[in-house]
Amino acid sequence: MTDTMTETQQIEQLIKREYKYGFTTDIEQEIIPPGLDEDVIRLISAKKNEPEFMLEWRLAAFRHWQTMTEPDWAHVHYPKIDYQALSYYAVPKTQEEIDADAPASLDEVDPKLLETYEKLGIPLHERAVLAGVRGATVAVDAVFDSVSVATTFKDKLAEAGVIFCPFSEAVQKHPELVKKYLGTVVPPGDNYFAALNSAVFSDGSFVYIPKGVACPMELSTYFRINAQNTGQFERTLIIAEEGASVSYLEGCTAPQRDENQLHAAVVELVALDDAYIKYSTVQNWYPGDEEGKGGIYNFVTKRGECRGDRSKITWTQVEAGAAITWKYPSCVLMGDDSVGEFYSVGVGNNFQQIDSGTKMIHLGKRTRSTIISKGISAGRAQNTYRGLVHIGKSAHGARNLTECDSLLIGDRCGAHTFPYIEAKNSSAQVEHEATTSTVSDDQMFYLRSRGLSEEDAMNMVVNGFCKDVFNELPMEFAVEAQALLAVSLEGSVG
Amino acid sequence: MALLEIKNLHAEIDGKKILNGIDLTVNAGEIHAIMGPNGSGKSTLCNVLGGHEGYEVTQGSITFDGHDLLEMETEERAVAGLLLGFQHPVEIPGVKNIYLLKEALNAKREAQGLDEIDTFSFMKQVRELVASMDMDDSFLHRGVNAGFSGGEKKRNEILQMLLLEPKIALLDETDSGLDIDALKIVSASINRMRDEERGIILVTHYQRLLNYVEPDFVHILYEGRIVKSGDKTLAQRLEAEGYQDILEEAS
Repeated sequence: MTDTMTETQQIEQLIKREYKYGFTTDIEQEIIPPGLDEDVIRLISAKKNEPEFMLEWRLAAFRHWQTMTEPDWAHVHYPKIDYQALSYYAVPKTQEEIDADAPASLDEVDPKLLETYEKLGIPLHERAVLAGVRGATVAVDAVFDSVSVATTFKDKLAEAGVIFCPFSEAVQKHPELVKKYLGTVVPPGDNYFAALNSAVFSDGSFVYIPKGVACPMELSTYFRINAQNTGQFERTLIIAEEGASVSYLEGCTAPQRDENQLHAAVVELVALDDAYIKYSTVQNWYPGDEEGKGGIYNFVTKRGECRGDRSKITWTQVEAGAAITWKYPSCVLMGDDSVGEFYSVGVGNNFQQIDSGTKMIHLGKRTRSTIISKGISAGRAQNTYRGLVHIGKSAHGARNLTECDSLLIGDRCGAHTFPYIEAKNSSAQVEHEATTSTVSDDQMFYLRSRGLSEEDAMNMVVNGFCKDVFNELPMEFAVEAQALLAVSLEGSVG
Repeated sequence: MALLEIKNLHAEIDGKKILNGIDLTVNAGEIHAIMGPNGSGKSTLCNVLGGHEGYEVTQGSITFDGHDLLEMETEERAVAGLLLGFQHPVEIPGVKNIYLLKEALNAKREAQGLDEIDTFSFMKQVRELVASMDMDDSFLHRGVNAGFSGGEKKRNEILQMLLLEPKIALLDETDSGLDIDALKIVSASINRMRDEERGIILVTHYQRLLNYVEPDFVHILYEGRIVKSGDKTLAQRLEAEGYQDILEEAS
């Protein structure tokens, strides 16, 4: 009987049944009020068909969150968030509802959006899919047979023993792995937003690479089958066992809109002996209009533990969007000879605000970390680098190199640096270099006097500035990143 | 038709008058030297011709190859064939020399309605030029002017000119900071640029360069105006006598 019921009817059934803990609800499926309480969490968990342990975990996190205070030390300003006014659960739209809202063809899509796709070099066939044109996905499947591409992809991974699936699927199919690792790198009580995420997380990626396996291909969120509205509170967990390695790509350069303004994701990485995880992000969430209104708040907790000896974790990122970015992808270097790396380009224009950086926590012997952070500010943007290099007592022979460079475009933006260095072991070597520069008139005049337009000259200087980070990006992102930067800085010259 | 015609050019920066009525005509195939004491307006003239936005032209006209130069943006002037060799070339770290050379050449080709140059032809051309300037290939992969010595920077300017083949090459004190050997190499390259279709303007403080690059015309710039013009013998007189007498003569 279930296949003839619509999805909304299924949910209605689920909601109306007497839940194990004795709560029932007659809430009409179309009218789920905004607000956050234990009932909403139970609803989320029930909708996802989660096992008990998961609901328990969420509730514990929620109770903890209720005791916490929202932090305000970041160098960003935003109107107070009313957590009771947010929607934490959205009934998935039916295909009819999606089609009713969708543009019928590319002609109905906002021309500015199409222009952006053009500038980002997004292939024609992908633009329709990204813009949500009615039936586009079907067309793509038909022409490019992406269903079979995804299938081949899955087969290859299965052969290698790699698990790559939505987090919600992992909770059901691999509960023992989830139980073992979830919250061990970022415990729910770690910070306000992690606690919130732990209570209400929607979905994300789960990756598990078994011993000795080098994941045969780069894992990209493109291939992950998404449930709707998963962007809001993403939860990702990546585990690389001894000798395993994987490269994971998150995000895309195409501008992403979302009805939900607050994005508080949590990403946990675990690398055992001799394992390597490379996590790359390209973020272009809607940054708000030219007045700075309506953009997305990207408050993310990302952390990797190099638990094993000789393990390595590399974070690379290009952050171009979001009204406010607040994130510090970090590495805890527990294993001896383990390595942590952070390569980042953060660009802010108009009224964007960024308070971002990294934490490298050295605990093991001869651990090494490299931080290369390039911040670009234009318009009235404020870009802050906040970095912590902590050398623990037992981290004999630890080394860190930090290079933190800021580029200012125009005279109304700001770049700020708050480096924290804590060295508790005298054999450690910590180097910190920082530069602040503007794109000088002389540089611009020089390039223009060689025939380059103002915009091309600016892009050339900016790309030169970011070169060290772009060299670390996966090929796929490196090419897109240059175009993304150019688009993000449009209008910042002259 | 003259290649470059400057008529009664007045220019100022931050309200301060620097150029006070410059008249100059450069025909294709000619080499003109402009000499003058410090503060005479030599660099200002170069910057104004290059279209530097810090300067304001208050009077006069400049016609380049039949076009009104003052109506053109800096990059438009460059692709039209007016190239400026800087006295103090700026550093652009992270941007490889070879990348800039390619982009500049393609910008010019685009303006001419041509396709972008193919990599093989480009590399061949560039390597030949580099060798002829007595420079090492490795320079191509270094950042533009990054960590270059004064001499290297000047040679880089000439290299760009040789690649981009301007109609008017305006060299602002290209000889300053060069030792004899570097001067000889740079001079040889400037001589290579001689062409009956091309005009070269050498702005220089010292006569020394003109021993190696023989000018057709020498002009003396003083307080923003060309006060005396002659042929190469004028430069020799200047070297022997200094500015004072000649300037008194002119006034």
